[in-house]
Amino acid sequence: MPFQSSEKTRQNRNSRLIKIVNGRIVRNHTIINDDVLYIHDGKIIDPQNHFFACGNPPDVLINAKGLLIAPGYIDVQINGAFGVDFSVWKGDKQMKEGLDKIAKGLVKYGCTSFVPTIVSSHKEVYHQVLPTLKPRKGNKDNGAEVLGVHVEGPFITSSQLGAHEESCLRAAPNGINDFVDIYGLHELKDNPIKIITVAPDVEGVLDSLEELVNFGITVSIGHSSATVFQAESAIEKGAKCITHLFNAMQQFHHRDPGIVGLLGTTRITRPFYGIICDGIHVHPNSIKIAYDSNPKGAILVTDAMAALGLPPGEYTLGGISVRKSGNEKVEVVENGKLAGSVISIDACVKNFKKFTGCSVIEAIEAATLHPAELLGIQNFKGTLNVGADADFVFLDDDLNVVKCFIAGEEISTS
Amino acid sequence: MRLIIRSDYNEVSEYISTYVKNRINEFKPTKERPFVLGLPTGSSPIGLYKNLVKYHKNGELSFKHVVTFNMDEYVGLPRDHPESYHSFMWHHLFKHIDIEPRNVNILDGNAENLSEECARFEKKIKDIGGVELFIGGIGPDGHIAFNEPGSSLMSRTRVKTLAYDTILANSRFFDNDINKVPRMALTVGVGTVMDSREVAVIITGAHKALALAKCIEEGVNHMFTVSAIQLHSKALIVCDEDATLELHVKTVKYFKSIEHVINNLIGAENVGLQGNIH
Repeated sequence: MPFQSSEKTRQNRNSRLIKIVNGRIVRNHTIINDDVLYIHDGKIIDPQNHFFACGNPPDVLINAKGLLIAPGYIDVQINGAFGVDFSVWKGDKQMKEGLDKIAKGLVKYGCTSFVPTIVSSHKEVYHQVLPTLKPRKGNKDNGAEVLGVHVEGPFITSSQLGAHEESCLRAAPNGINDFVDIYGLHELKDNPIKIITVAPDVEGVLDSLEELVNFGITVSIGHSSATVFQAESAIEKGAKCITHLFNAMQQFHHRDPGIVGLLGTTRITRPFYGIICDGIHVHPNSIKIAYDSNPKGAILVTDAMAALGLPPGEYTLGGISVRKSGNEKVEVVENGKLAGSVISIDACVKNFKKFTGCSVIEAIEAATLHPAELLGIQNFKGTLNVGADADFVFLDDDLNVVKCFIAGEEISTS
Repeated sequence: MRLIIRSDYNEVSEYISTYVKNRINEFKPTKERPFVLGLPTGSSPIGLYKNLVKYHKNGELSFKHVVTFNMDEYVGLPRDHPESYHSFMWHHLFKHIDIEPRNVNILDGNAENLSEECARFEKKIKDIGGVELFIGGIGPDGHIAFNEPGSSLMSRTRVKTLAYDTILANSRFFDNDINKVPRMALTVGVGTVMDSREVAVIITGAHKALALAKCIEEGVNHMFTVSAIQLHSKALIVCDEDATLELHVKTVKYFKSIEHVINNLIGAENVGLQGNIH
């Protein structure tokens, strides 16, 4: 059986001991110049302990030639890429092929894990799509890891629709039962749903938050006209993040700063915030304000749609026609509204550093450690600590991705 | 005995590291005939290790066929404790080079039976044919490895109780708390070091000047255990100017004149690494 044999090859490859020398390792909020990485079975292992306890010399020696070694990037909001849209059902086989295409294609941007994101959709679409997007390990055969799904909507506010389809929107007068009805109990409870974006000002949403959190789902608030009071309530009830900060929410008003006002809260812990660093969705100054308010909460998301990685032209997002002009901008053809972005995660990291003047480490952590912390997976992802999955990138000083490794194996980035 | 005097720590490190590199490369070690190197820890060899790593990275030196024996290790300190000599050697040398893990020998201070561990270590040195070059540093009281003042000059690898001076000195690595410093160590004996075919000792700093003077200008004395190298036929001491402060001018001048004679009258190219004239 071909599957078994490829599985076996991978195990053989993984059982090799890999030593990486001459890298500048991004670890523990600093850059370590004179350390080495040891990788075995797809994990980062303790090199000193291995050296003295096991006695096997490395099978593979990789010279990083002075490049930065950073954890692989994690994108917690990505709607599609390379012509594939996660929210459009085209049958099992095509979904699987589309997922493979994206998982492999994202590697060249240094993305080693991602959370496929589905925009507000009708019930049957969730039931079709969700089972095909189950968490899946990253490796040489699969490409980047699928961490689960981000369902963005449909429990969002019609006044903050963005590029979502209004006819899909739902309220939750019956509390959690309405969520179960739309997504399915299994999808909420076990997997694949990892993140849910909801609007606290939609009926029944605030009252359902605790139950959603208890399912183990990371709740993020967005596409919402919530007042700052509602926004703080949502955080108190367990929401941990703001979905694409500044986009699809009340603009900052000094008497009621709305969701944006969470940046200034002193009463509760300031939440994480996803932010689109393409310089179009959010002005660089706004990004700087967010960063200054809460540097440890910044999470770089691409919010990319199907046109990421494609040449300019017209494409479809959730059934809506959009136009990609140049390499940076996509608009809804009908009304000229922004329709998600086409930026790659490595470009987000570079922009974030440029816009905020933060350190290389902070820029990297906003696409590695912070999203991992948001999902509670920081022991495995988003760091280069011993025990973590060996997902990492080699970067030059301008933060260009030179090489990408998933589960300890180099994946071609060409 | 040869005494090489250099102006400061960096030059001392440069000299000894070049020496070790040349000795290994001249030896042309193979799997069947490895170069067996004895290694110290502490502040003295840090510059040496730094240079050896540099040579390795430049492709001038391989440790593929080098076997190492370390001098000592604390008893009861976890192997991965940052102050263990395992950790020291890992961070300063081993992780940067191509040495085979099985060619590295460091005493296990957590062995169930410490005496057996010491005997095993001695046997391993013997089985491999002895140490080709043992490098050492010294303490201000002239101890080599953990052979504290009063140690037998015939001693072999064994458990040793640390002197109060040593515990005090080493407390700087243990939060300045002398209660955290291990009280015992496993160490090669003076006899173990003396059995190697060559001994090279690094001595730098004014605080070691008295020890250097005792070591080379007075008699062999178990209160300054490093003085035993007076009885070794191939001993090399590399020191800096500060360490010569307690020496007689005559002594310093004599040893400097030897280098002068080699360089200007015989010609360095006519003299082998270990001082033999071709």
